[in-house]
Amino acid sequence: MNNYLSLENISITFATDNGPLNVLDDVSLKVDQGEFISLIGHSGCGKSTVLNIVAGLLNATTGGVLLENREVTEPGPDRAVVFQNHSLLPWLSVYDNVRLAVDQVFGKQKSRQERHEWTLHNLELVHMGHAIERRPDEISGGMKQRVGIARALAMEPKVLLMDEPFGALDSLTRTHMQDSLMEIQGELNNTVIMITHDVDEAVLLSDRIVMMTNGPSATIGEILAIELERPRHRLQLADDPTYNHYRAEVLRFLHDRHAQPDVPTGKPAKAPEVTAEAPAEERHARLKLATG
Amino acid sequence: MSTTIINPGKSFDLKWLQSLFAFLEGDRLVKATSSLIKQLLIPLAALGLFLMLWSAGAASVTTSLGQLPGPVQVWGQGVQLYKEHQAERQKEVAFYQRQEQRNQAKLAKNPAAEVKVRPYTGKPTFLDQIVTSLVTVATGFIIASLIAIPIGIICGMSATLYRAINPLIQLFKPVSPLAWLPIVTMVVSAVYISDEPMFDKAFITSAITVTLCCIWPTIINTTVGVSSIDRDLINVSRVLRLGWLTKTIKIVIPSSIPMMFAGLRLSLGIGWMVLIAAEMLAQNPGLGKFVWDEFQNGSSNSLSRIMVAVLVIGCLGFILDRGMLLLQRWATWDRNAVLR
Repeated sequence: MNNYLSLENISITFATDNGPLNVLDDVSLKVDQGEFISLIGHSGCGKSTVLNIVAGLLNATTGGVLLENREVTEPGPDRAVVFQNHSLLPWLSVYDNVRLAVDQVFGKQKSRQERHEWTLHNLELVHMGHAIERRPDEISGGMKQRVGIARALAMEPKVLLMDEPFGALDSLTRTHMQDSLMEIQGELNNTVIMITHDVDEAVLLSDRIVMMTNGPSATIGEILAIELERPRHRLQLADDPTYNHYRAEVLRFLHDRHAQPDVPTGKPAKAPEVTAEAPAEERHARLKLATG
Repeated sequence: MSTTIINPGKSFDLKWLQSLFAFLEGDRLVKATSSLIKQLLIPLAALGLFLMLWSAGAASVTTSLGQLPGPVQVWGQGVQLYKEHQAERQKEVAFYQRQEQRNQAKLAKNPAAEVKVRPYTGKPTFLDQIVTSLVTVATGFIIASLIAIPIGIICGMSATLYRAINPLIQLFKPVSPLAWLPIVTMVVSAVYISDEPMFDKAFITSAITVTLCCIWPTIINTTVGVSSIDRDLINVSRVLRLGWLTKTIKIVIPSSIPMMFAGLRLSLGIGWMVLIAAEMLAQNPGLGKFVWDEFQNGSSNSLSRIMVAVLVIGCLGFILDRGMLLLQRWATWDRNAVLR
């Protein structure tokens, strides 16, 4: 009962035109403070749905999420999200994007000067101190994602949620970003849940890898604890038998035991997009209707 | 070498002017020359061809007011209209001088005498009428924008409200200004009663008609802009727990600004077209009334003078559109959007 973050028997069913669609079925997971968890699985298995439920952007049909023994019912800055496509406000500078979050979260606790310094501090942390006046469309994809991470870190979240943060980047940039993230993680020791498609990324960064079965009614298939010394170095680990063993474990799970069927049966089990406008009650009502 | 001549072509997006200035700067002469040919000579050649066709065509059409005027007659009347304007201004200056002298003489005889300054009441010249038209369209357009932008934002944020208002928008959008005008005229006469009216009734009628016709593109575009905000940005605002007002100011409005300005530009274009018709019927002393009066006048010069008005209306419409384009470029954060 004393877990930092716990996902308790989460199931979620969406109403679709073809009747109710059970995306997640009985997902339970306990996460300790400072732990780095990767969620891995094939497309459409509901990884993002899990993350959105923890973020509070979606409400589970049954079960729920407890953070420090308090139920999560709505989104909040204590569960900051790094979105896949960075989601920076394109009309604001890099600095203003982070400052917006800082002002919103610490507007009452910190003075103007402290907020300014805190914004700069977080931008320095992701090595973006040199480009604070640039607009998002003037910087590269990797830099945008750095700013997205700085914005999330600046909220001092209890849990940092990352939805395929490096999925849209080229592989060289991605390795840079992974190294940066490890460095930051070594410093701050945040509690992180990260979705990924990349086996190497998962093994390199995580304390535990949560592997999900295919949807619909996806659930946690296996959990693999990665017991590698930190700090970890990509090059040293490349020939490390333990590292390669973990890699092989994940690959076996994904491509042997839970291979994506070649011919999908019916439509892919893609969760409907998170509808921002519908209030939680309404969504609940709809979901209840769907589940009967 | 760096020649820092401010190139007006660039800021007003006039390709030929840009080329001309590049030519004058003498940079990369060959390239500039070929660009000058493309950007300036081709449009000029087309313009010349048009003038020739116009001249030839007009000569073969005879109306009850004489022959249809060609470019030469129209140019002549343009100059004539400007001279009339100058003459009228001189008369005005003379009028005030005479009045001043009379008042001075009066005061010299009796320092306690009451002197009156009477305003000059000459007829408005063509240039005055242009100014009136611009003021009227600006008034109508500003009123329309002040109404349309908030409605658009609200409709974009609430699907229910959008469903409620959408049929009304669709119903009134295609209505011609000529249909609105009689109603507006009657309502203005009934409602706007004052002993010392600040504005002319015809002015108000015209401006309101412009408003009624150019409100729709801004509402529709703003609604689309607001409702098509990136879902992720909305999720960012939810994670940050932004309040309704902060969300609207910091995320919703900036995100919809490009669409909003596209709508405003369409609105001003429609407003300018509507204005001429409205002024004709409402007898607001602008370009519309000028055209109507010349038509009623029916002198041998009337058709040429109407042509002058047509060209002026076209030029001003073009300038207004370019102005809005500049504003749109300035306000748009989306650098990838190609605006023309």
